[in-house]
Amino acid sequence: MSFLLDVENKTPILELRNISKRFPGVIALNDVTLTVDTGEIVALIGENGAGKSTLMKILGGAINRDSGKVRLEGKDVEIRSPREASALGIEFIHQELSVLDNLDVAANIFLRREPTTGGILKLIDRKKLYKDADALLAKLGLDLSSRTPLSRLSIAQQQLVEIARAISTGARIIIMDEPTSSLSLTETHRLLEIVKDLKAHNVSIIYISHRLHEVEEIADRAVVLRDGRNAGELPRSEIKRDQMVRMMVGRDLKELFTTTNGNGHKKDFPEWFSVVKLRTQRYPGQTISFNVARGEVLGVAGLVGSGRSEMAKTIFGVDEAVEAKITLNGQSINFTNPRDAINHGVYLIPEDRRSCGLVVDFNVRENISLPNLESYASAKIINTKKETEAALKAVKSINIKTPSPEMRAANLSGGNQQKVVLARWLTFSPKVIIFDEPTRGIDVGAKAEIYALIRKLASEGVSVIVISSEMEEVLGISDRIAVMHEGRITGFLDRPQFSEEAVMHLATGAAG
Amino acid sequence: MKKELGIFVLLVVLCIIVAIVNPNFLLPINLQNLARQIGAFGIFSIGLGIVIITGGIELSVGSMMALLGVLLSMMLTEWGLGVVPAILLSIVIAMLLGLLHGVLITRLNMQPFIVTLCGLLFYRGLARFITKDETKGFGTVAGLDFLRYIANGNLFGIPMPFVLLILIAFITWIALHRSVYGRYLFATGRNAEAARYAGINTKGIIATAYVVSGALTAVSGIIIAFYTNSVSPANHGNAYELYGIAAAVLGGCSLRGGEGSVVGILIGTALLQVLRNLVNLLGIPSSLDFAVMGAVILIGVMADQILTERRNRRQVSLMRESAKSEVPATE
Repeated sequence: MSFLLDVENKTPILELRNISKRFPGVIALNDVTLTVDTGEIVALIGENGAGKSTLMKILGGAINRDSGKVRLEGKDVEIRSPREASALGIEFIHQELSVLDNLDVAANIFLRREPTTGGILKLIDRKKLYKDADALLAKLGLDLSSRTPLSRLSIAQQQLVEIARAISTGARIIIMDEPTSSLSLTETHRLLEIVKDLKAHNVSIIYISHRLHEVEEIADRAVVLRDGRNAGELPRSEIKRDQMVRMMVGRDLKELFTTTNGNGHKKDFPEWFSVVKLRTQRYPGQTISFNVARGEVLGVAGLVGSGRSEMAKTIFGVDEAVEAKITLNGQSINFTNPRDAINHGVYLIPEDRRSCGLVVDFNVRENISLPNLESYASAKIINTKKETEAALKAVKSINIKTPSPEMRAANLSGGNQQKVVLARWLTFSPKVIIFDEPTRGIDVGAKAEIYALIRKLASEGVSVIVISSEMEEVLGISDRIAVMHEGRITGFLDRPQFSEEAVMHLATGAAG
Repeated sequence: MKKELGIFVLLVVLCIIVAIVNPNFLLPINLQNLARQIGAFGIFSIGLGIVIITGGIELSVGSMMALLGVLLSMMLTEWGLGVVPAILLSIVIAMLLGLLHGVLITRLNMQPFIVTLCGLLFYRGLARFITKDETKGFGTVAGLDFLRYIANGNLFGIPMPFVLLILIAFITWIALHRSVYGRYLFATGRNAEAARYAGINTKGIIATAYVVSGALTAVSGIIIAFYTNSVSPANHGNAYELYGIAAAVLGGCSLRGGEGSVVGILIGTALLQVLRNLVNLLGIPSSLDFAVMGAVILIGVMADQILTERRNRRQVSLMRESAKSEVPATE
């Protein structure tokens, strides 16, 4: 642990020491150590899949560690559930909202801690409940009544409610996982002020964020994870964007794209795949128009909630379009269901592999053949031999690591699951493939393979659309980038204009 | 297959116990009766099983049977329809009712439980209304020999309903476990969203399941009507849907959908009928027959659950072992 900064002179309030965790097929955490002092803001940073969330889940008792110790004020503790964590003064604010939208704001804030009256009847003291809740909201600068049903709040407001809940418990340690990912600029500032205020009240914060300027602004110390290990720490004075990026990325990712930067192959038919005035149900007031050339990789960047996935689902026919004019090679195609899209050679590899991409209880063979089953059947009876042959061919051609096609998809690693989803479309002859977050939760090695497959598809004349929230990825893989903000495309960038700043500028809605 | 094997062992053990305690169990007449019951109940249970595999439920089976029973009687004895048109019409009506359920569930996104519960209430009431609550029979109408043979006759000593069940089971086995439809059915039941992303017409698959269930209910209904030879609109088929659900669940269908097999449903049906038979043969007060069934189903499903969980735990620990030898990477 010599590379860690010396924090041994006083007992940290929280210590996670030498934590390791294996999942089937992957080592998620390898001897990771994280300490937090009283009133300290520690930024925990690292790429997607670096192990931040796993580490925090272990702290919260959501998953068990294989080895290592958790200490609170120097004493070993075993936390087995979020409830136990809460009892010890540790609160979590998750990236995915864990609020109940069938209840009102006050009920959410004081869930399981409702002030009661009426002795053993344990009636809820409604007066106190709403008074306390309103006071908290005022403190957070949320201008709404605590009687508002949560379902009527914006995502950002819901996020703030969750923060209000954490604060109201009087927690000593608050873990914030991407708390600003759906907040506007003003809301973000507000949140950062709150974090500083908590610090002033001696609350310790573990702040997980991809937004490095936020880390620069508030963190006392930054702990960097990479591939499930400690990649280093930076004290306040050294928390600089470049430093952080260098530590987070190592050299892996830059190497990942070196082979893909020069797109030697010819792109033709600039309007091969054309979407004109697409209106999605999520943002019916906005229209989306773009073209993708044959053999082009169009990256689609934007913040969470910018409507990228909805656009993809609408094109693929999963969601019904409010309005759309889509053409492929001049032929008008409007899909009302995925079968139409598939029949026209337009495929989607959805964001959520486990719930939309795959039937995880099916085996690899059944998953690969699913959309193309008819072609392995005669008189509707499946010819398992044909089916197995096709699956074996697919497994081999894109190097899916599975002992056999009979393996349940659930047992494969994320990267191999993703390849299974891709494999099913490769049994057809694709014209357009939309990847939605193709490498989320996938290890670096498999990422490189997926990128290579994307490039290969493009070089074979497929129009590829890659929706990605990973800046490195979208900058590395794309020939051109469309940036979305609140349901519309705020701008296109060509290769020479590619930069993280340019994308962020458009993603936050700065340009029109 | 493991699931079916467990329940099969339970069935065999029960049979052996009953046979030892009361050897009358093995009398040909008892076995024939048993097989006849299994046949009549098995056919609609398969239909219900298919619905359960979609993740749905069909509660209106018993009421539908009463409605079809009285309609069949009226068609044959009062309206003077021929045997063939009457049978075809019964089956078509049942399929249309199934289609109605399917459409309400898939197009209006209504919950299967509610839709079919309303069916349960409505068809029963309708049956009682059109008969003015009078029991209907088949009287002395000529030309019903064939239907009586289907319900009460034997083929080489094997009761006809059982023969029909085996035939239908074979066809549905092909459809469920060998055909494109079956694969789509299981995919839809497991994960309708993923099935849709794979281009499967999940609504069509689900609606078809209710139509098939309707058709099989009609076949069972015709057999049972001629077996009992009279149809009392208020009681005929009462709670039969529960026999079907119990058989399917015992046979390994999960109410969450996506799981189950024709063989399992057959064994489940057989087990239930053996239990009813056992109550008679062992001199258990017949008032206890539901209690016996309830207890055995609970124990059976509980044992299965415990074994499954143990198996899963073992699998996880095995994978953890094998993971230790692999290259570090992250999830």
